[in-house]
Amino acid sequence: MLRDSLTFIGRGLRHSARSVDALLVAVILPVVILLLFVFVFGGAIAVGVQYVDYVVPGIILLCAGYGAAGTAVGVNADMTKGVIDRFRSLPIAGSSVLVGHVAASVARNVVSTSLVLGVALLIGFRPTGGPLAWLAAVGVLLLFMGGVSWLAACFGLLARTPEAAGAFSFVVMFLPYLSSAFVPTDTMPAALRGLAEHQPVTPVIETLRGLMMSGPVGGSGVAAVLWCTSFTVVGVAGTAVLFRRRTTP
Amino acid sequence: MTYTVEAVGLRRSFGGTAVLRGLDLAVRRGEVFALLGPNGAGKTTAVRILATLLRPDGGTARVAGHDVVARPRQVRAAISLTGQYAAVDELLTGRENLAMMARLRRLDRRAARERAADLLERFDLADAADRRVAAYSGGMRRRLDLAASLVVRPEVLFLDEPTTGLDPRSRAGVWAAVADLARSGVTVLLTTQYLEEADRLADRIAVLHGGAIAAEGTASELKDRAGAGTVELFLPDRAALDGAAAALDGLPDARRLCLRVPGDGSARHVREVLDLLDRRGVPVDRLELRRPTLDEVFLSLTGPGVRGAA
Repeated sequence: MLRDSLTFIGRGLRHSARSVDALLVAVILPVVILLLFVFVFGGAIAVGVQYVDYVVPGIILLCAGYGAAGTAVGVNADMTKGVIDRFRSLPIAGSSVLVGHVAASVARNVVSTSLVLGVALLIGFRPTGGPLAWLAAVGVLLLFMGGVSWLAACFGLLARTPEAAGAFSFVVMFLPYLSSAFVPTDTMPAALRGLAEHQPVTPVIETLRGLMMSGPVGGSGVAAVLWCTSFTVVGVAGTAVLFRRRTTP
Repeated sequence: MTYTVEAVGLRRSFGGTAVLRGLDLAVRRGEVFALLGPNGAGKTTAVRILATLLRPDGGTARVAGHDVVARPRQVRAAISLTGQYAAVDELLTGRENLAMMARLRRLDRRAARERAADLLERFDLADAADRRVAAYSGGMRRRLDLAASLVVRPEVLFLDEPTTGLDPRSRAGVWAAVADLARSGVTVLLTTQYLEEADRLADRIAVLHGGAIAAEGTASELKDRAGAGTVELFLPDRAALDGAAAALDGLPDARRLCLRVPGDGSARHVREVLDLLDRRGVPVDRLELRRPTLDEVFLSLTGPGVRGAA
């Protein structure tokens, strides 16, 4: 199982390395949103600190989520293009294919997120967190990427076509808009605020922001870890069930 | 005991439509067995069940001595499957595809590399080895797909319509590869809708029709079943045709003034036919002896009105 998973991770990394266009989109899209918010809208948004310092944690999360969601397309393509039949006719655990997708997704997103962070630093992002805080932030991000990747794998198994599977990216990309990523939630109407404060992306962003800008993390940290862990648990269980259903009709 | 693939009464429906209605198969070790049938006859369903990808609704099947439902893992260790759609990874190169398959078959890194190189050479893909499969032609993909099935020598190789959609040249390439394999002693079960392919590659052929085997045997046995030597009698006029038709059990063709009399192709049969007509005073212009083509066999077995088991 471990050896086969490693083989499939190698496959996934090769795929990522060859889908330069996908990687470019995963970097350029968040960068464009970052520039848009910092230089176009940012001046009009009062958050008490430099807007770039406020928005970058949200952008990083958007980048990680969008990229991880791409796992749905890869998983679906395997299921619909016949290659899964070949893997399933081998004496290996079919689920190692999925482990390969998720692990490669996390690796890919570490790269794209680092690139986006680099751009953020270039345009004036000045994080103040110490090494330990950064380590914690990286940990939370990895957990988030893993969780979203597993959910995406579920969605990839549910969707009928790779195009439909691609829709998951947009769901994940949209979530940060309804969170504290771009504006503090207390400026939103009450109903929306309730949603924004209780959706999973907000505590993750608050945690990242707290860690990177050496602000308070508080209950957000616990909530973030719980959310990401539940994504992973639900995603893994879901893929196990869906994979079996899809492959033994 | 000597059968490597054995299926008894396999049944499978999809959404209320019965695709297999009691399929029986017995493939001997080391033979090339063709499952011949038109589109929708259930060929792919049969192969998917035998390759453990699909559960049968009823019946049993053993491959390489293991039950396909109870012990799929053992079956998978003994088989390779090349499906109808080339199941190769388009983003990887041909070499990477083969090396990955070799790794999944438990070869170490070095052995996997060497095996990949061997197969690329053997399947005439060495020049394209380091190009991505997305840039391969249909024939190259199929050859790569076949090579991927052979990273370890399987006991049984399933080939589901290996040449469908290929141009004649690529088809010849796949045929040569399968013939090579057969010589090396691999048991091959292939499905095809092309009679020529079955005739050329297979030791034995089973005609699948309506979800069950309609006939089975070597190509020449199948031809014999449909009458090994049909005597075609050409008669001078309509009266002679009627006279001949009254005397013999044959199929009259009034337009061509011809009577087709099925027989075994022996001289004795021909003499009997002619003697009988002579005694009745029916004149005959000339005669032809015809051996039925596999196409005629196929049509007679799968034509309307013929259904179910042999």
